[in-house]
Amino acid sequence: MRPIATTRAATGIATGKLAVWWVLASEVVIFGGLLASYVMFRLGHPEWADAAALTNTKIGAFNTLVLLTSSLTAVLAHQAAERGNGRLAARYLYMTIGGAATFIGVKTYEWWYEISHGYTITSNGFWAFYYSAAGLHAFHVIAGAVIMAVVARDAARNLELHRVELIGIYWHFVDIVWIFLFPLLYIAK
Amino acid sequence: MAEPAVAVMAHHEEEDHAHHGPEGWLKYLWSTDHKVIAMQYMFTGMFMALIGGFMAYVFRMQLAFPGINVPGFGMVSPGEYNALVTNHGTLMIFWVAMPVLLAAFGNYLIPLMVGADDMVFPKINRLSFQIFFLSTIVILASLVVEGGGFAGAWTAYPPLSANETYNLTPLGSTLWVVGVGLEFVAFLLGGINFITTLMNSRAPGMRAFDVPIVVWMIVVASILFMLSVGPLLAGAIMLIFDQTLGTGFFDPATGGDPILWQHLFWFFGHPEVYVVLLPAIGVVAEIITTFARKKLFGYRIVIFTIVATGVLSFFVWAHHQFIAGIDPRMANIFTVTTLLISVPIAEMCFVYIATLYGGSIRLTTPMLWALAFIAEFLIGGVTGIFLGAAGADIYFHDTYFVLAHFHYTFFPIAIIGTFAAFSYWFPKMFGKMMDERLGKWHFWLTIIPFNFIFIPLFVLGMGGQHRRIYNYAHFPELAIPWFQNMRIVATVSLLVMLAAQLIFFYNCYKSWRRGQKAPRNPWRANSLEWTTESPPPHGNWRPDELPVVYRGPYEYSVPDRDDDYWPQSEPDGRGAR
Amino acid sequence: MGLVERVGHFFDDIGLIRIGSSYAADIDFLILLVLVAVGVWFLAAESVFMYFIVKFRERPGHKADYIDGTNKRHKRWITYPHLAVLAFDVLIVVVSFKVWHKIKMDLPENPDAVIRVIGQQWAWTFQHPGADAELDTPDDIFTVDELHVENGKLYHFKLEALDVLHSFSVPVWRIKQDAVPGRSITGWFQPTVIGEFDVQCAEICGFGHGVMAGRVMVEDPATHSAWIEANTPDAYAAVPAE
Ligand code: HEA
Ligand code: HEA
Ligand code: CUA
Ligand SMILES: [Cu+2]
Repeated sequence: MRPIATTRAATGIATGKLAVWWVLASEVVIFGGLLASYVMFRLGHPEWADAAALTNTKIGAFNTLVLLTSSLTAVLAHQAAERGNGRLAARYLYMTIGGAATFIGVKTYEWWYEISHGYTITSNGFWAFYYSAAGLHAFHVIAGAVIMAVVARDAARNLELHRVELIGIYWHFVDIVWIFLFPLLYIAK
Repeated sequence: MAEPAVAVMAHHEEEDHAHHGPEGWLKYLWSTDHKVIAMQYMFTGMFMALIGGFMAYVFRMQLAFPGINVPGFGMVSPGEYNALVTNHGTLMIFWVAMPVLLAAFGNYLIPLMVGADDMVFPKINRLSFQIFFLSTIVILASLVVEGGGFAGAWTAYPPLSANETYNLTPLGSTLWVVGVGLEFVAFLLGGINFITTLMNSRAPGMRAFDVPIVVWMIVVASILFMLSVGPLLAGAIMLIFDQTLGTGFFDPATGGDPILWQHLFWFFGHPEVYVVLLPAIGVVAEIITTFARKKLFGYRIVIFTIVATGVLSFFVWAHHQFIAGIDPRMANIFTVTTLLISVPIAEMCFVYIATLYGGSIRLTTPMLWALAFIAEFLIGGVTGIFLGAAGADIYFHDTYFVLAHFHYTFFPIAIIGTFAAFSYWFPKMFGKMMDERLGKWHFWLTIIPFNFIFIPLFVLGMGGQHRRIYNYAHFPELAIPWFQNMRIVATVSLLVMLAAQLIFFYNCYKSWRRGQKAPRNPWRANSLEWTTESPPPHGNWRPDELPVVYRGPYEYSVPDRDDDYWPQSEPDGRGAR
Repeated sequence: MGLVERVGHFFDDIGLIRIGSSYAADIDFLILLVLVAVGVWFLAAESVFMYFIVKFRERPGHKADYIDGTNKRHKRWITYPHLAVLAFDVLIVVVSFKVWHKIKMDLPENPDAVIRVIGQQWAWTFQHPGADAELDTPDDIFTVDELHVENGKLYHFKLEALDVLHSFSVPVWRIKQDAVPGRSITGWFQPTVIGEFDVQCAEICGFGHGVMAGRVMVEDPATHSAWIEANTPDAYAAVPAE
C-alpha cells in the first residue's frame, strides 16, 4: 500500500522524476569533485601525459559508441512505454542492458591488459585517477543495469511503466559522465 | 472488491509497515513508518550523544588532572587522547547533530507538518536508516579494533590519515572513513525523501510560504548537504585507496597533494555547519512564535536569509586553511566572503529578537531552551568573525579560541536545540506532558555549567593554548597555575552538566510512565501536526481526515478573533484555496 | 607611539600573552578592533533581547500584537542594522587585509639571516646559518627543539616537513604556518623581546603531537654570537667562511 503522499504532485512533476533529478544532482557533485581534482592535478603535472599516452583510445572510443547506442535504446524503451507497450519497452531495456554488459566486458579486457602490463592503480597519479574514476563510473553502469533489469521485468508485465523513463534518465546521466571521462582520460595526451 | 477480510489483512501485513512483520525489536528495523524511523534515529543519536559526552568527560579529566586514572576509563595515553578527541568530534557532528536534528526531526515533522500520511518513499526512508545503523556499527567497531580508534582529528588530514606508518591505526582509520562514508550515503537517501516530500506532498491549499520555517530549514539543509558532500565522498574513496591499496592521491612523495583533501573536506565541512545550524534555527522559530503568541517577524526575510546563507556557505571553505599553505591571495577573497555571511545570519537573529516584540511570552521549558539558543549562539557567531579575519586567524588558528567558538555554535545547536525540540514535541511524540519543574531544573543545570566550560576555553585560547594536546606540562608557558585552574573549572563544570542529564532522563522516564495525558494541541499552536492525536496514529490522520490548509503557520493573536491562535487547517468560511 | 602600538599591547599589559615580535601588536590590534566592533552589536542584541523577554511577559487579559514585519515602518528595524553590520564588516576586512599583507604576503627584503625549520614526527629540527650567516653551508648549526635567534634581527624562515603536516607556531610572536611535506614555505619574523618562549606544533601529527614542543631562545647579540661560536661544528670552527 503506497502512502497517499506518494500520489500527490503539488509541483505538477511526478514524484519519481523529481527524486531522480535530485539523485542526479548529488551524483553530479560526486563526479564533479573527482574530475575537478583530476583536472587540477593534470594541469600541475604535465608529465602525466606520458602515462595517458598509454591508454587505448580505440577501445575507449568503441566503448563510447556502445554507451551512446545503449542510450538510444533507452530512449526507444521510453517511447514504447509512453505508448503503453510494456513488452516492447522491456525488449529495448534488455538491449540497453546488453550494451552495459558489452561495456563492462570491454572494460574488463582493457584493464586486464593494462594491469598485466604493469600499469596498476599504484603506478602513479594518472593511473590512480584512471582506475578510480573509470571504476566509479563502471560501478554506476553495473548498478544501473541491475535496476534496469528489475524495471524491465515489471515492464514486460505492463507494471510500473513510468519507471522506464526514470531509469532512462539515470542511464543518460551515466552516459554523460562517460562523455566527460573519455576525453579526460583517453584523448588528452 | 470482494476479497475476504483475512486476505486484506494478509496483504496489509505483507506490504505494510510498522507494527506487523518480524517480531521483537527487529520489527522496528523493518518499519517504514516515518515516525518509527524518526524514533530510531533519535534514540541512536541519544545513545551516541552519551558516548560522545563520555569521551569529553574522559579527555577533559585528563586535561584538568593530567595522568590520573580517570574513573570509568583508566589512564589516558597520548594515542588514546587523540582517538577520543577525534571520535568525540566525529560522533557529535555526524552521529548526534545530524541524525537527531536533521534525520529524526526531519522524519518526524515533515510529513506531519505538510499534512501528508508518510514520506513519499517509505522504503527508501527505511533503507536510509538501515545504512545509518550499519554506519553506526562500523564507527563503534572502529573504536575497539586492534590498534585503537582513528586518532587523526575529525578533519582527517592526510598524509597522517592516509598512511598507517604515520597514524599507527591501520584498521581504525579505514573503518572511520568507511563509517563516515556510509553515514553520508544514508543522509543522501534521507535527503531525497525530505526534498521531494516537501515539494510534492503538501496538503491541498498549502503554498510554499505556508510551510513552517522548520520544514523549510530542514529541506534547505538537506539540499546544502547534497550539493556539498559529493566531493568529499569522492575524496573518501581516494583516501580509502591511499590507505588500503597504496595509491598516492594525497601523498607528495608520489605526486599527490595533501592540501587537496583539505579543499574537499572543507568544501563540504563549512556548508555542513549550516546543515546542522538550519534545523535548529527552524525549531527555534516554531517555539518562539508559539510561546510569544506572535506572528514570525518577516517570514519571507527568514527564507531569504537562509537561502543567502546557503549560497554563501559554498564560497567560504578556505577560511579553515588560511595558514595551511594555500596561496595567500586566496585568504583575501575568503575573508570577504566569510565576513559577508555575518549579514544574513545577523538578520536572522534580529528577526527572532524582533518577533518577541509586543508578544505575550510564556517561559515554558521549550521556550527557555529556544531563548537560550539565541542568547548563546550569538556568542558563537560573533567569535566566528575573529577567525574570519585572516590577519587575526594567524594567531587563533587551532587554538582553543576556535574550539570555544565552535562549541558555542555546536552546543546550542546539537544540545540546546535538540532539547528545545524534544521538549516541545514530546507531547506529540509520546502522548504525555513532560514535567515542567524537572524540565526547568535540567535547563538551568545545563546552561550555567555550559558557559563555565567554554568561557575559560576562550581565555585559554587567547593565551595561546593549542588544540589536541593531551598534557600541557610539556609547554612551560601553558603549564602556569592559573591556566591549569581554568582547565579544572571547565572540567568540573562538565561534571556538573553531565550529572544534570540524569534529571533529563528521569524526567523522560517519569513523564512517559506517569505523565499527564497530552491533548492534541497542548501549546495551542497552529501547524498541522497539532491537529491529529498525540501520538499520531499510523498514517498520521484518518485517510478521510487529511488536513486542508487555509493560511500560514504563524497566525497568532490575529485581531478580532477570540482565540489567540488560528490553526492552519481551520476553515475560514471562504472555502479552500 | 602609534595607535596600533599603544592599543595593541592590551593583552600583554593584562598579562595574558606577551608581545614578542615586530608584528604581534598589529594582530592584537586587529583582534581588539574586532572585539569592539562585534562587541557593540553583541551587547546591543543581547540587551534588547533580554529587555523584550522581561517587558513582554504574559499578562492576564492582554493579547499579543499582530505584527508581521512586512510593513516598511517595521522592516526598518531589520534593514538598517543589517546595512550597518555590512559597514562594520568592511572596516574589519580593511584592517584584516593590512595585517595579513604585512605578515603573509609582503616578505621584507634583505633579511639578516635565513633559517630552516623542519618538522617531523615528533620533533623540530632547526638549521641555523652559523657564523657565515649563509644557509646550507658546512658551518650550519643544527639543533633539535631549540631555536636560537638574535633579538631585533630580521629573519626569513623556510618551513618544511618530512612526513605529515605540522604547524610551526610561536604564540608570543603571533606566528603560525603549516609545514607541508614536499614543499618549502617561506615566511618571516623579527623578534623584539629577549627571552625563552614556547614553540608549539599546531597541527595534529599523530601519537606524539602533544609533546612536539620546542623553545625559542631570543638572545642579545653577545650571547647569540657566543652561542654560535660554541656550537659551530668543530671542523669549521677556526676556518673563516669562504
Ligand atoms: C554549526 C557550527 C558553526 C557555525 C554556525 C559557524 C559559524 C561561523 N564560523 Fe565557524 N567553525 C565551526 C562551526 C561553526 N561555525 C567549526 C566546527 C570550526 C572548526 C573546525 C575544526 O577546525 O575542527 C569552525 C571554525 C571556523 C573558522 C576557522 C578557524 C580556524 O581553524 O582557524 C572560521 C574562520 O573564518 C570560522 C568562522 C565562522 C563564521 C564567520 C561564522 C558565521 O556564520 C557566524 C555568523 C554569525 C554572527 C556574526 C552573529 C550574529 C551577528 C551579529 C550579532 C551582528 C554583528 C556582527 C558583525 C558586526 C560582524 N569558523
Ligand atoms: C556537535 C558537536 C559537539 C558537541 C555537542 C560537543 C560537546 C562537548 N565538547 Fe566537543 N568537539 C567537537 C564537537 C562537539 N563537542 C568537535 C568537532 C571537536 C574537534 C575534534 C577534533 O579536534 O578533531 C571537539 C573537541 C573538543 C575538545 C578539544 C579537545 C582537544 O582539542 O584537545 C574539548 C575539550 O574540552 C571538547 C569538549 C566538549 C565538551 C565538554 C562538550 C560537552 O558539551 C558535552 C556534554 C554532552 C552532553 C551534555 C550530552 C547530553 C545529550 C544528551 C543527554 C542526549 C539528548 C538527546 C536527545 C534528546 C535526542 N570538545
Ligand atoms: Cu607536529 Cu603536531
Ligand atoms: Cu567554516
